[in-house]
Amino acid sequence: MASNDANVTPGDVARIEVEAVNSRQHRSLYKARESIHPMRVSGVFRRLKWWIMGVLLAIYYVTPWLRWDRGVGMPDQAVLVDLEHRRFFFFFIEIWPQEFYYVAGMLIMAGIGLFLVTSVLGRAWCGYACPQTVWVDLYVHVERWLEGDRNARFRLDKAPWNAAKIRKRFTKYLIWLLIAVATGGAWVFYFADAPTLFVKLFTLEASVIAYVTVGVLTATTFVFGGFMREQVCTYMCPWPRIQAAMMDENSLTVTYQDWRGEPRGRHRKAADASLLGDCIDCNQCVAVCPMGIDIRDGQQLECINCALCVDACNTIMARTGGTPNLISYTTLKSYEANADGRPALPLKKTVFRARTLVYATLWSCIGLAMLFVLFTRDRLDINVLRDRNPQFVVLSDGSIRNGYTVKILNMEQKERRVLLQISELPDALMTVVGQDLWPSRTREFVLSADQVQQLQIYVAVPRASVEPGANSFRFSVTDLSGIEQAHYGAIFRAPEE
Amino acid sequence: MSEKKTDEVTGIDTTGHEWDGIRELDNPLPRWWLWTFLACIVWAFGYMVFYPAIPLVSEATPGVLGYSSRASVHQDIQEARVAQSEMISKVDSLALADIRNDADLLQFAINGGRAAYSVNCSQCHGSGAAGSPGYPNLNDDEWIWGGNLESIATTLQHGIRHPGDDDTRFSEMPAFGRDGILDKEQVKAVANRVLALAGQPHDTELATAGTELYADNCAACHGETGKGDREQGAPNLSDAIWLYGSSEAEIARQIHAPRHGVMPAWGDRLDPVTIKQLTIYVHSLGGGE
Ligand code: SF4
Ligand code: SF4
Repeated sequence: MASNDANVTPGDVARIEVEAVNSRQHRSLYKARESIHPMRVSGVFRRLKWWIMGVLLAIYYVTPWLRWDRGVGMPDQAVLVDLEHRRFFFFFIEIWPQEFYYVAGMLIMAGIGLFLVTSVLGRAWCGYACPQTVWVDLYVHVERWLEGDRNARFRLDKAPWNAAKIRKRFTKYLIWLLIAVATGGAWVFYFADAPTLFVKLFTLEASVIAYVTVGVLTATTFVFGGFMREQVCTYMCPWPRIQAAMMDENSLTVTYQDWRGEPRGRHRKAADASLLGDCIDCNQCVAVCPMGIDIRDGQQLECINCALCVDACNTIMARTGGTPNLISYTTLKSYEANADGRPALPLKKTVFRARTLVYATLWSCIGLAMLFVLFTRDRLDINVLRDRNPQFVVLSDGSIRNGYTVKILNMEQKERRVLLQISELPDALMTVVGQDLWPSRTREFVLSADQVQQLQIYVAVPRASVEPGANSFRFSVTDLSGIEQAHYGAIFRAPEE
Repeated sequence: MSEKKTDEVTGIDTTGHEWDGIRELDNPLPRWWLWTFLACIVWAFGYMVFYPAIPLVSEATPGVLGYSSRASVHQDIQEARVAQSEMISKVDSLALADIRNDADLLQFAINGGRAAYSVNCSQCHGSGAAGSPGYPNLNDDEWIWGGNLESIATTLQHGIRHPGDDDTRFSEMPAFGRDGILDKEQVKAVANRVLALAGQPHDTELATAGTELYADNCAACHGETGKGDREQGAPNLSDAIWLYGSSEAEIARQIHAPRHGVMPAWGDRLDPVTIKQLTIYVHSLGGGE
């Protein structure tokens, strides 16, 4: 935070006695976790993190409660993964299992999106958007609110167990637990009607799987957010490794400008002050770091690029009248240029380069293609599976018969009358198991809303009308009250000789 | 592999492992990881106490919970039975035609019939019910003993030539050749006459010679035009389907000394619901009348 009293001298800034948790003096075969109590900090990036946290938590908790009218008999929840009926609802979109390629498409987009964001912004996901980051931030905030800032928390850790400590700890764990339950609780609402399930959860009528899910997510949230914290990122998560491989010299990374900062030193007596760099070695950047590391050791695996150290350092620079951005988001190229006394690359150049443009184009193309498919996709479909055993049957009059399992999918949310017909393969006639009708080339069916109709169909053709071996023909299904049509190219197999 | 070194950048020892110049740092494992690992080992011991674990000569140690996968499958089957009980009782009480007219029951019976078929019938009639010489194809529309629901049910219930069942389907064609009723030439003539009735390529002269022989010896059961007679289980000789083959030699062989298939009376072995499901299933294979 900018401050007006830039007359504080660097020597006045209290040095915090702190050491990075991953410093090399600490190595041993196994290493106990050291508590990290990040100090409170304010600044641009802290504010950004608050905003992002608020928005993400709101999306997570509110979404399952949004309603969306789909007519009678259909769920009215805007976002719903209906595992029982195997449907996914997202506002006006309904996805069937057959349309799973949308999910594949979404994953591809997420992948390319990740390449794009990472190549421009480095580990932005880790720093701002990852649930682990968001919930740890929330937990730390609760902790700070109840137990005070960094030093108070360290003191409390060391303090003997007296009434005050027990009360504080109990309240903290209780609130953490409530957050954890709410987290797990919100998750299950995505898989069932939220208002109904909410009541059922309390009246003990919900399914076992719902309670187990809430339980597991409560436990993981509580443990990962309250106790594991940075350990999850450093040891459990594959993301840091993957992201590191996707960054290049033009990706923005939180960087300590050592060419400016070193040699660091706090006692700036007139004689040697000119020899010292800008870093006054106040250790603020280490104290605020949620990962407990020292950014001045260079880029590290542990760093989630949350930029809280940037805020911390800038606050100190503002107080001491130093030049800001000793620690800042910068690219390796700009850093090297700066270190050599050349100007940094303009942001435009680091953002718009071949790699990011290719990613962005790919991402947009896939996105547009998916949108196009989404708005033009079939709501009536037909799938045909030919019986393989036997391949064909010779009938008493010498004609050949093949059997087919035909599935007609009515993906619309209303009942429909459709006409099923055989095209090509002249003289072919079909019969439907369970229907005592004369063989014909067309059949009418009424399809219930949002259902698959499965039919067992036999197609018979006089021997003289088919070629030996495979003959191709089509099954077509037409909506009698609309224009929609679907086809399936099928094979009719006759004896070889 | 190479000797341990200290990495210059980090100041950390390496494990000595090196691939293409990339060296592995000997970073400490987090202690909670060690505890998790140990906890897994403890858990595994618990597992060994509670569940079958150590293989012995004929079986494994049972575990104090007495769990067995066989019992659990058995229980699943019981539960499935209970879940099906409503459908089963409907199949039991309704007439075959009514079962067939109810889409859900039809599907249920077909599925149940298919399963029973695979276990009991596929050995002779084939997994796709396409049969083989001597074992009728159940997919086609030729039925020696009738192809409507009732006829199929009777055949299943009482079998064919099943010893010990008074109501079993029974027919026996005389061994015209072996028993000296017809001589070799006459058998050949009749065979050609049969081919002619079926509209197959044949020797006209022999067929003409066989016409009278056929009328005298065969028409009583198989009919003047070879249409067969289901009452007596006499197969249709005029169509494209042949149980024992359609060549002159194969037909002659059957006239000389006919083979007669046997099918068990399934009523002795299967419960009435299964017989009904099998009936519906066989009927649904495409030839049902
Ligand atoms: S390292 Fe993994 S868990 Fe940690 S913030 Fe990044 S993505 Fe999230
Ligand atoms: S070093 Fe800075 S950017 Fe990295 S995790 Fe720590 S505070 Fe965040």
